[in-house]
Amino acid sequence: MPTTFRRLTAVLLPLLAVHAMAADSTRLDDQTQLPKAPARPAGKAYFQPPAEADIPNNAYGELVRRGQDLFMNTKALAPEYVGNEMNCVNCHIDRGRKANSAPLWAAYTMYPAYRKKNNKVNTFVERMQGCFQFSMNGKAPAADSEVLAALTAYAYWMSAGVPIGKVQPGRGFDEPPPPRGGYDIARGQRVYEKQCALCHGDDGAGRKVGATSVFPPLWGKDSYNWGAGMHRINTAAGFIQHNMPLGRGETLSDQEAWDVAAYINAHERPQDPRLVNGDIDETRKRYHADDGVNLYGVVVDGRKLGQGVK
Amino acid sequence: MFASPARHLHLYLSASLLMLAVQARAADGEAIIQKGGANPAAMPCMSCHGADGKGMAAGGFPRLAGLPAAYIAKQLADFKAGRRENPLMQPIAQALDDAETAAVAMAYAALPKVQVKVMAGAPERPKEGSGAWLALRGAWDRNIPECTLCHGPAGVGVGDAFPPLAGQSAEYIEAQLRAWRASPARPAGRKGKALAAVPPTRRNDPNGLMQHIAADLSEAEIKAVAAYFAGLGESTEPFDASQHRLR
Ligand code: HEC
Ligand code: HEC
Ligand code: HEC
Ligand code: HEC
Repeated sequence: MPTTFRRLTAVLLPLLAVHAMAADSTRLDDQTQLPKAPARPAGKAYFQPPAEADIPNNAYGELVRRGQDLFMNTKALAPEYVGNEMNCVNCHIDRGRKANSAPLWAAYTMYPAYRKKNNKVNTFVERMQGCFQFSMNGKAPAADSEVLAALTAYAYWMSAGVPIGKVQPGRGFDEPPPPRGGYDIARGQRVYEKQCALCHGDDGAGRKVGATSVFPPLWGKDSYNWGAGMHRINTAAGFIQHNMPLGRGETLSDQEAWDVAAYINAHERPQDPRLVNGDIDETRKRYHADDGVNLYGVVVDGRKLGQGVK
Repeated sequence: MFASPARHLHLYLSASLLMLAVQARAADGEAIIQKGGANPAAMPCMSCHGADGKGMAAGGFPRLAGLPAAYIAKQLADFKAGRRENPLMQPIAQALDDAETAAVAMAYAALPKVQVKVMAGAPERPKEGSGAWLALRGAWDRNIPECTLCHGPAGVGVGDAFPPLAGQSAEYIEAQLRAWRASPARPAGRKGKALAAVPPTRRNDPNGLMQHIAADLSEAEIKAVAAYFAGLGESTEPFDASQHRLR
């Protein structure tokens, strides 16, 4: 190779890489934490989304129903966009309706969202594309795809009556405050063995009936990846405290929720798709150091986490 | 160290298949089903659970054919220990020794599982307030997950801990929900004399996963959801594991 050309590629390649990343970055950096939602005023109920029976029987209703089907059966109905064994409903309980399980009715009216940190605006569709890339370890459907049109219609339908731009109690996962003495992974393991392993398995791989995932995986190749919001211990602690063990939410203490969230998130899972130059430390600096409490790139039990699994 | 009932159950379930196989060698499960155990109090199972192991609705005798061996063995241990009360089954469970329990559990597990047809393509659209609604949507305002989330798509069961509901009769499903629910005390009033609280007669669910659900169901809901699962019937088509079952 002539030296000039070699020099040129040496200069150009990183530039190209940076450019490619910039073009994609509106999609690739949007699993950041939601702002804390206001507490529910005493004696007041959470917003009640409309009933399924009220979905109209016309073309619009068809699209809404298709959105609900996709939300519950993402892997079965949109396999080309899902790289693991998860469905949207696994983390957004009761078809995306349950308060403190990041319900769709509390989300839809909050977009487009301006983020001061990077001076960017995120649309609702981009937020869902983020869940496809990270939570589902997959490929984001195009903004004008049938899949995202149906999911958007479903969220829009569910939000009828929610004021635009007014943050609702029950949004996000209502994280418990970090326990005073910090979290403890070994203690989290004991919570896990007692209260979670029966369903999610000793190996965290969940359980299937034939091709259908019934208890979703919590770590390993079929779970959410290292870029997903759930990989943050604080976010997972909120989800778990309100929603797990299944049907027995609100029974774990703040300490137990943090401990078990740390235990789950101290296991390997698919690599962060934003991996910078194949380097965990660089990726941590760029995307994880400032992202809540997480263990990406941190050495636990003599092993650096963030290797990824396939 | 983690000596909780659930931890025990978990260890029990994971180690049990091996243990069952080892213990079972000493006894003949088939013979126990047809002729009873060595102790005459262990009556032949088929006289109540049916010649094919599919149960008998009228007597409230459940299907045992195709249930997981570890689940059957656990229930027999629970009857024995009194965590699950029943005047017919307790003396029978007590009359079986460990080897017989293991052998009969393995023998029933080897019989055909219940088959439920996959609805190809479109998911079911239940009506709010129906039994199907509870089965497929739950009642999350009361923290009741859809039954199929634990009992598997179409209620075919999941692993060793979550038994199938498909294949069981409405009579049996109702009886179990009532056994967990118990009934609260009622003060004297226009409807009659004061009634004392009746404690639950089934107290064997791991970590109380099932009890609170039964306790929060109304009588009408119990009937509706039992009828839904009983009505799934049995398909002659083999279970196609490669097909997704839609929620
Ligand atoms: C592994 C769990 C998980 C799965 C699976 C998942 N999400 Fe999410 N989702 C999250 C987390 C975590 C957040 C961010 C919550 C936070 O930061 O507090 C989120 C946020 C969202 C939001 C924004 C909520 C808001 O209030 O602004 C939407 C919309 C959303 N997800 C849609 C989806 C869709 C659609 C799917 C399926 C394609 C999906 N999610 C799958 C975990 C998940
Ligand atoms: C009775 C079974 C059961 C038990 C026990 C249980 N889970 Fe789950 N878990 C589920 C199911 C089912 C879902 C998905 C819910 C849905 O799809 O509607 C889930 C979802 C999750 C998720 C989000 C999806 C994912 O795969 O990341 C996390 C995290 C989780 N559980 C953690 C826990 C923890 C921690 C415990 C113990 C404190 C626990 N679970 C106990 C059944 C269970
Ligand atoms: C006299 C009738 C009768 C005989 C004989 C009988 N059973 Fe039962 N069995 C019952 C009844 C009734 C129940 C339901 C108990 C309840 O409602 O809790 C039951 C329940 C069970 C269950 C629980 C099933 C479940 O789904 O949880 C098992 C296991 C069982 N029997 C095993 C056996 C075995 C093994 C034998 C033979 C050794 C046997 N039974 C013989 C009447 C009988
Ligand atoms: C959170 C998980 C969970 C959910 C949700 C759930 N169950 Fe269960 N259920 C269990 C477990 C675990 C058992 C087995 C308990 C044992 O070990 O004896 C069980 C057992 C049963 C049994 C007894 C079966 C037998 O063979 O004896 C019936 C009946 C039942 N459930 C009905 C229901 C119905 C109806 C619903 C929905 C309204 C439901 N369950 C929802 C966990 C669940």
